[in-house]
Amino acid sequence: MAAGALRRPVARRLNFVDAFLWAFRLAVIVVVVWGTVGTLRLGRYTGEQWVDFVVFGLAQGGIYALIALGYTMVYGILRMINFAHGEVFMSGAYTAYFVAAPLAASGFLDRHPILSLLLLVAVAAAVSTGVAVLVERVAYRPLRRAPRLVPLITAIGASFFLQYAFRGLYGSGFKAYPEFQLFKGEWQILGIGVLRTQAVVLASAAVLMFALYQFVMRTKVGKAMRAVSEDKDAAALMGIDVDRIIVLTFAIGGAAAGAAGILYALVFKQVHFFMGFVPGIKAFTSAVLGGIGNIPGAMLGGLFLGVVESVGPALFLDGLGIVAPYQLKDVIAFTMLVMVLIFRPQGILGERLAAKRA
Amino acid sequence: MRKARATWAVLVAVLVAVTSWAVTYAAPVRMGPVTDDWGVVRVARGQPIVIAYWLVVAGPDASLGVDSRRGIEIAIDDKKTVAGHPVRLIGEDTGCNAEGGTTAATKLAANRQIVAAIGSSCSSEAVPGAPILCKQGIVTVSPSNTAPRLTDPKRGPEYACYLRTAHNDLVQGRAAAQFVYHVLGVRRAATIHDGSPYAEGLANVFADVFKRLGGTITSQEAVSPTDTDMRPVLTRIAAGRPQLIYYPIFIAAGGHITRQAKEVAGLENVKLMSADGTFSPDFWKAAGEAARGVYNSSPDLSVEALGPKYQQFLDKHQKKYGEKPLSAFHAHAYDAAMMIFAAIEKVAKKDAQGNTYIGRKALRDALFATRNFPGITGNLTCNPYGDCADPKIAVYQTISADPAKWNPGVDPKKVWSMKR
Amino acid sequence: MWRVGLVFGAVAWFVSLVGLVEALHGRWVVDGVLSAGQVLLLAVLLASGWTAARRFSASLVGRLWAGLLAGATVGFCVGLLVWLRSLVDLRTMFVNASPALFQLLSGGQPARVAWAAAVAVGAGVGLVGGAGACTPARVVRPILVGAAAALSLALFQELVLLVLQPEPLAPVRDWLFVAGGGPTAQGIAATFAFSAALAALRQASWGRAGRVALPPKAQRVLWSFVGVLLLAALPIAGGPFVAQVLVIVGLYTLMGLGLNLEVGLAGLLDLGFVAFFAIGAYTVGLLTSVGDHGIAHWSFWAAVPVAVLVSLIAGVILGIPVLGIRGDYLAIATLGFGEIVRLLVLSDALRPWFGGSQGVLAIPKPVLAGFEFSGPQHLYYLTVVASAVVAYVAWRLQDSRLGRAWMAIREDEDVAEALGINLVSVKLLAYGLGAAFAGVGGAIFAVMVGSVFPHSFQLLISIQVLALIIVGGMGSIPGVIVGSAVLIGLPELLREFGEFRFLVYGAVLVAMMLLRPEGLLPAAAQRRELHAAEEEPAGLARTPVGAATEGGA
Repeated sequence: MAAGALRRPVARRLNFVDAFLWAFRLAVIVVVVWGTVGTLRLGRYTGEQWVDFVVFGLAQGGIYALIALGYTMVYGILRMINFAHGEVFMSGAYTAYFVAAPLAASGFLDRHPILSLLLLVAVAAAVSTGVAVLVERVAYRPLRRAPRLVPLITAIGASFFLQYAFRGLYGSGFKAYPEFQLFKGEWQILGIGVLRTQAVVLASAAVLMFALYQFVMRTKVGKAMRAVSEDKDAAALMGIDVDRIIVLTFAIGGAAAGAAGILYALVFKQVHFFMGFVPGIKAFTSAVLGGIGNIPGAMLGGLFLGVVESVGPALFLDGLGIVAPYQLKDVIAFTMLVMVLIFRPQGILGERLAAKRA
Repeated sequence: MRKARATWAVLVAVLVAVTSWAVTYAAPVRMGPVTDDWGVVRVARGQPIVIAYWLVVAGPDASLGVDSRRGIEIAIDDKKTVAGHPVRLIGEDTGCNAEGGTTAATKLAANRQIVAAIGSSCSSEAVPGAPILCKQGIVTVSPSNTAPRLTDPKRGPEYACYLRTAHNDLVQGRAAAQFVYHVLGVRRAATIHDGSPYAEGLANVFADVFKRLGGTITSQEAVSPTDTDMRPVLTRIAAGRPQLIYYPIFIAAGGHITRQAKEVAGLENVKLMSADGTFSPDFWKAAGEAARGVYNSSPDLSVEALGPKYQQFLDKHQKKYGEKPLSAFHAHAYDAAMMIFAAIEKVAKKDAQGNTYIGRKALRDALFATRNFPGITGNLTCNPYGDCADPKIAVYQTISADPAKWNPGVDPKKVWSMKR
Repeated sequence: MWRVGLVFGAVAWFVSLVGLVEALHGRWVVDGVLSAGQVLLLAVLLASGWTAARRFSASLVGRLWAGLLAGATVGFCVGLLVWLRSLVDLRTMFVNASPALFQLLSGGQPARVAWAAAVAVGAGVGLVGGAGACTPARVVRPILVGAAAALSLALFQELVLLVLQPEPLAPVRDWLFVAGGGPTAQGIAATFAFSAALAALRQASWGRAGRVALPPKAQRVLWSFVGVLLLAALPIAGGPFVAQVLVIVGLYTLMGLGLNLEVGLAGLLDLGFVAFFAIGAYTVGLLTSVGDHGIAHWSFWAAVPVAVLVSLIAGVILGIPVLGIRGDYLAIATLGFGEIVRLLVLSDALRPWFGGSQGVLAIPKPVLAGFEFSGPQHLYYLTVVASAVVAYVAWRLQDSRLGRAWMAIREDEDVAEALGINLVSVKLLAYGLGAAFAGVGGAIFAVMVGSVFPHSFQLLISIQVLALIIVGGMGSIPGVIVGSAVLIGLPELLREFGEFRFLVYGAVLVAMMLLRPEGLLPAAAQRRELHAAEEEPAGLARTPVGAATEGGA
């Protein structure tokens, strides 16, 4: 643990590095301030539009957070990037389409929307769980003692395989999810009009985060998970079935991803074989932003990322006279990420990890 | 140490020697009854004439290339024999990117039996790929490249073998701007592209023409094709208070924009207009009811514009593939194939044994000399830079947004067609 | 046994419904007789029999019985699929459940008949698989080698036909292939017999002392000569397409060598490596282009050093902010850097300088003393020379003081620092030099394509480079070359099966890592480490765990 504390003086030794880092921070701050002042002086956006930017950002962030929760769970236990998590997310939502379409065609969905939704979530969660457990069994379990880059490669391989397997099975076109009349339109929350779908996503993300957090902190299985995360061998010596705990972690992460997939489909109405890749990377970014392995951190990171992507281009770039600022939203997001990591290498809520484990 | 160095010197010398031998080769110019500067293809009696496609038939953009390939296949069925030989179609996937185009073109260029090629699908493939084919004297006709620069008078001699039956973006962008300004009476418009060369080019042509007509472009935005949440960028557009948004992009992102535009404050009454990239029943699936009222500029694929030939083509397509065309360039591909067949028959010469000889440069010249060739998409006449299209651009408006009712001309309803 | 059968039955369902069987059905192994799709199904059956036999019995009869039962179960599953399809239209869900597929699976028979037939055929083939498991390895191995060779001939037939194109080779071509069709029966049989015999001979002479023994030094020189001759002759024999594929393999080798410094030697994970490739390509593009965006109209040779320098500086600039970031945080930070570079060159904001999505065009080919490197066959030699030079530099670096310092920080940063290694400069050198190598690759890429588009620099490339150095064997230079040949070259050669490229690629990545986690040609140190069951520095266990617990996992 002392190793982490040793790190600071290292960076201090070479002055030009420090100088560069300060210059970098200063440059980012100057650009941000300059852009913000410029934007506000332009007066292009009304107050309501700023509120809209934030609300849209929070809603998108809610989706990132939902996926990031599963990501961070697995990471917390295994200390391994589950690159295939985005595909686990895709598999559930994509398969559930084949339940949703007949439900909508028969009119059942309009008559019993809540029941249908629960059914869809159940199907998606079941499929995602199955895929997640299968991936764990085939691609990760045999490699638990291998160098850490090896499971990263199998994860990437599993990610490709799943994407193109589902493409081969269900086709390369996208499927359009049916509309839930229940979630059409807006709700007025604190005087702000919020799209119903977005409110549902945010609420679900909060509930899921709370449930997962309680599960990990309060239950016996959660305790076992934390033990495995700390030290697998010691946990095994304490009588914990490490394999079972890891499978369980994957299953819970998978179920969460399946539920997230249905919510995604509610908001964006399209599913296809590639839908998991970009959200997967964004969720990973969110998890790292919040402090990887930390459940509330994943939520916070997701929301933060969503808001930065939504507000950032308009706030920082408009004032600099940059055309088509939304093309650069990922540039802003990743620059923010690096900034956060320079100031807090362990993420916003993360605890400082020992050098051996980071 | 010294010995090792000597060994290396010898190795390098060998390498250099072999290299210099490898790079000396010459192309034959005379064969049978034909003499040609670019080489001659000999097709033995009874053997097929080989035509190759290089189109995007795999990956996320596959429907574009598969649609074109089907057009070629129907042309082969219709034509049956060319100069007394059957036709064999081979092909390569191009992946809709520059390196895919390069590799596919290289593979085709290595096959000396190929008489002519059809492709590419995406303009970024043709930019590096066409010169590779040209170097081997293989003429290529693209059914769906629309980038202006490929047939620009300044395009350079390395594109001397490149033609296309697709309309130039300049035509579609101009038509769309004229429709928006004159017919809809819109004076303020915004554009969105997705970072693809096609969409960026079309959006820019639209904006330029619209401004020249006297309109105002309130903002020119860009998204990424994998984006799903378009509300922030739409909010930015709303700040400029446009009357219309022109987004000539593809189905997935186009669907998101169409759905979400209605949810953004300030855009409730804005008109939406897209282009041929979303002119498909899949777009209605993606956008749902929000697609109602959306305009699309597209090649005029209605039977009344193209005549009974197109109806016959559609019937054959239905019979052969069990579904309607996937994209907008099947007819262009059919015409490209037919144009090539006609040119082959013009230049092919037979020897006493019944073998056929086709001069490559002669074939290229014959294609560029195409005048008033009766195709499905119109009467094709090639200009000296390879533009052969008879551009008919129309604007359609979605009525029902029900994919089962997809019937171009009726629903989406043809609301305007370009005067020529 | 039936459980093995069920697992393989699921595999048979999967390969059928995913479209692989039908796609391969279009490819003859023996023209008019046997298609690659049928071979795939037979292989699943054989594998089920073999696996069941190996797992459940040691006795001859037991093994045969296990094989038969497992094969019958797989056949039952296939029959079930055919039967299901006669009840419901599977195509509403599975797009590849086409009539052609079921024509193949059922042999055109009604569902019940086909079901019975499938069980019978399955049992028969499973029995053969079981018998294979009873046969000694020295008999089975040559058969497998022969079958693999025959299959390769069938799969790579387009390539073989391209090579056999010249008129003098026409007799060989006509003997091996039906005109305009697949391989002939005699061609496949001869290929099988020849390779199987070769394998058997090699096996027989294995370990016998009678081989001609040259002194090791002479042997090395001899092999180098053969290697160089082969390298030089490949594009001439294979034609421009093979040369093109080899150029691409060379470009990935250059990138792999660069990333190998960062990941393999210094242990710094980088998922944004494509950025440096892009920077090299854009630098050369902008400096040499004669089109709209050209700024200098330099020659290629003048632009390359600048491209290397710019990439190197970019590497250091990336390196500084991420110095204090470790492990997986580093992965996402570098991934972000790669995306930032791609988005910036794509952006409308910078279009006046970088051309946006329309790219930088009209990049002339390199000219050396009046000779133009125009086609892939010429660029191949340029790539080979560049790779050789870079590999030489990498090899010298590896054994230098700097290389040892990198390995030290890979093993343990804190100990390395305590030993007096300057972490900052050593890490920055790893980023800078790695980036410079990728810059060379980017420079050649720019002239190969003749134009540079932002779409060529996707995240996928970073991932592929990382995968190839790990599959090749981390920290090993020959491993990089083998890795790029296998993971980049083979898929390029099999372009016709484009749709299934990434499916197979993913499966191969997983399988390779399971079978050989240390990579195909690992560095010596790496192999030792793995076999001592010791973790990487950034690994999980803090206490050394012996091989004893490994079996229990």
